[in-house]
Amino acid sequence: MTTATVPDTRGRYGVFGGKYVPETIMFALEELEAAFDEAIQDREFNELFQRELAIYSGRPTPLTKADRLSESNGGASIYLKREDLNHTGAHKINNAIGQALLAVRMGKKKIIAETGAGQHGVAAATVAAKYGLSCKVYMGKEDIRRQSLNVFRMKLLGAEVIEVTSGSQTLKDATNEAIREWVAAVEDTFYLIGSAVGPYPYPKMVKQFQQVIGYETESQFKEVQQGKLPDAVVACVGGGSNAIGMFAPFIEKDVPLYGVEAAGMGVETAQHAATLSKGSNGVIHGSLTKLLQTSEGQITEPYSISAGLDYPGIGPEHAYLHETKRVTYEAVTDEEALHALKLLCENEGILCALESAHAVAYSLKLAKNMRKDQQVVVCLSGRGDKDVHTLMDFEEGGNKDE
Amino acid sequence: MNKRWEAFHDSSDYRFTPYIMAGDPCEEATIELSLALEQCGAHALELGVPYSDPLADGPVIQRAGMRGLAQNMNLEKTVKLVSKLRERGLKIPVIIFTYYNLLLQLGENRFLKLAEDSGVDGVLVPDLPYEESGYLQKMCSDHNLALISLVSPTTREEKLVRLGSEAEGFLYCISSLGVTGIRNEFRAGLDDFLKAAKQNSRVPVLVGFGLSTREQIQQFDGSSDGFIVGSAIVKKIEELESDLLTNREEAIKTFKSYIESLLPVYSR
Repeated sequence: MTTATVPDTRGRYGVFGGKYVPETIMFALEELEAAFDEAIQDREFNELFQRELAIYSGRPTPLTKADRLSESNGGASIYLKREDLNHTGAHKINNAIGQALLAVRMGKKKIIAETGAGQHGVAAATVAAKYGLSCKVYMGKEDIRRQSLNVFRMKLLGAEVIEVTSGSQTLKDATNEAIREWVAAVEDTFYLIGSAVGPYPYPKMVKQFQQVIGYETESQFKEVQQGKLPDAVVACVGGGSNAIGMFAPFIEKDVPLYGVEAAGMGVETAQHAATLSKGSNGVIHGSLTKLLQTSEGQITEPYSISAGLDYPGIGPEHAYLHETKRVTYEAVTDEEALHALKLLCENEGILCALESAHAVAYSLKLAKNMRKDQQVVVCLSGRGDKDVHTLMDFEEGGNKDE
Repeated sequence: MNKRWEAFHDSSDYRFTPYIMAGDPCEEATIELSLALEQCGAHALELGVPYSDPLADGPVIQRAGMRGLAQNMNLEKTVKLVSKLRERGLKIPVIIFTYYNLLLQLGENRFLKLAEDSGVDGVLVPDLPYEESGYLQKMCSDHNLALISLVSPTTREEKLVRLGSEAEGFLYCISSLGVTGIRNEFRAGLDDFLKAAKQNSRVPVLVGFGLSTREQIQQFDGSSDGFIVGSAIVKKIEELESDLLTNREEAIKTFKSYIESLLPVYSR
């Protein structure tokens, strides 16, 4: 199969993707598409983006071989792509820098963003401060509670954090509110979407700004493994931005790829966020994709211990890669993720984000059944400082982040 | 075009098209509110379908959707509700206002067949812009339904011309940017936008979003052929919620006098 032909000119990944938005913002999507296509053809823009990644975000991030973790697990060696070492602590900054530079190029002075775990909100607030833009971040009340550290960081950075009290008060509802705000302010406001979701051209644009993860990984891996490619690549998937960036250079190559969703309390329960494993085709936040919904089309509330993964939809390219079976999508429970997080801490001295812990957990399962001379690369999408409260609560006996 | 649309098109009045949410606060109330609106002079009716994620709607209609959901109202039941309205004598065109995901899950073909059989005259899908609506547009015309097009002050001129020349039922002109909800004032240049829409439209041009007073409504008579009132009416229904459930006759009386206070006073 080939993925070289997607997205098509209408922003479709097979049947997925498209632009399902109110007419009021169609002109803004056309304007954005034109500006983005022009920018990525422009050498100066690309050089500026690469320079900012290097001197501001601290790229390239290292590829760390997890010797003790691999050894304790038996089986294949595990390598970690250290997106946690980026400025602000996650891969989110790559895309935020890219979109902010584009916003500046388009003459926009205001950005709005939505956030779940807060990492994208922090990244958006950071680039707004750096490039002199005003910034409003929409965040669900429930996420504000569980990610208070990131809320404080956003405010320190000068952003206005807007509490969303509708629906489940999490990322889904924050995204609804951000779109509503965008419809009202579309003439002078840039909507900085944090994941590979939303109407076209957002999924394509987010992939473009995140593919640095995969390309760096490929060249770093080849360097230490004498030109070889990894035997497997693993990344966690909520909306799917770190995963699509990580997979980008490998999609057309013969490398097994694994996306890991949040199974929460288990995919057999109603308490999960396993969109591809349990969802069906539908429209959410401007694109046709797989989503968690009732048979009548009401979008249901996802659940995960990780605020960054409890989103009922997924980027349309992932839905396509799932349908064409190019990428294998698996789901990992809260408990498995927490166990992996502790193992990684104890064996490597790295506290990863709960989101990334899902990828680590699956890579352990995978590596166990592989040969010792094989290698698995995991995208460690972010660091876990933001999750310390959740982890403390869990240690104190709860199995939810209450 | 069916007879109900013909009557709508032939009217020389300044056309009034109210929006209410199906199942808010219960199905029987929706029926009686619809009949009351027709008695007060509505030329067409927009019937909203409750949805968990109505991203083009403001808080008033979001709350109405939650009330409708609590009544287990859904797209299929809303369409079937229209046949009950027809049995009770409603004669004006009825437009189903639904988000696209609800249509997809019921199945476009199933919806269209059911809608045609139930006496529905049109469908309006706020998150299905022209660029994505080709298939549904064709299917609607095969089933004798109007797919209502929305245009906004940000719609490019060539698109406005194309939409106007292809429009069915009426052309819905969004008065202002943002979600549905009551506005205190309207943007400058709105009259020019409405006039451009009228020049290019083969069907009546209606203005909507934010209209909540008689004065605001009268302001657009001349630059448009009619008006849509949603949030203001839905807010009134919210105020009357408990009476609509327990003392409906009285509540409908109050509702009718509110609608009369909203409509332009002049006779034609």
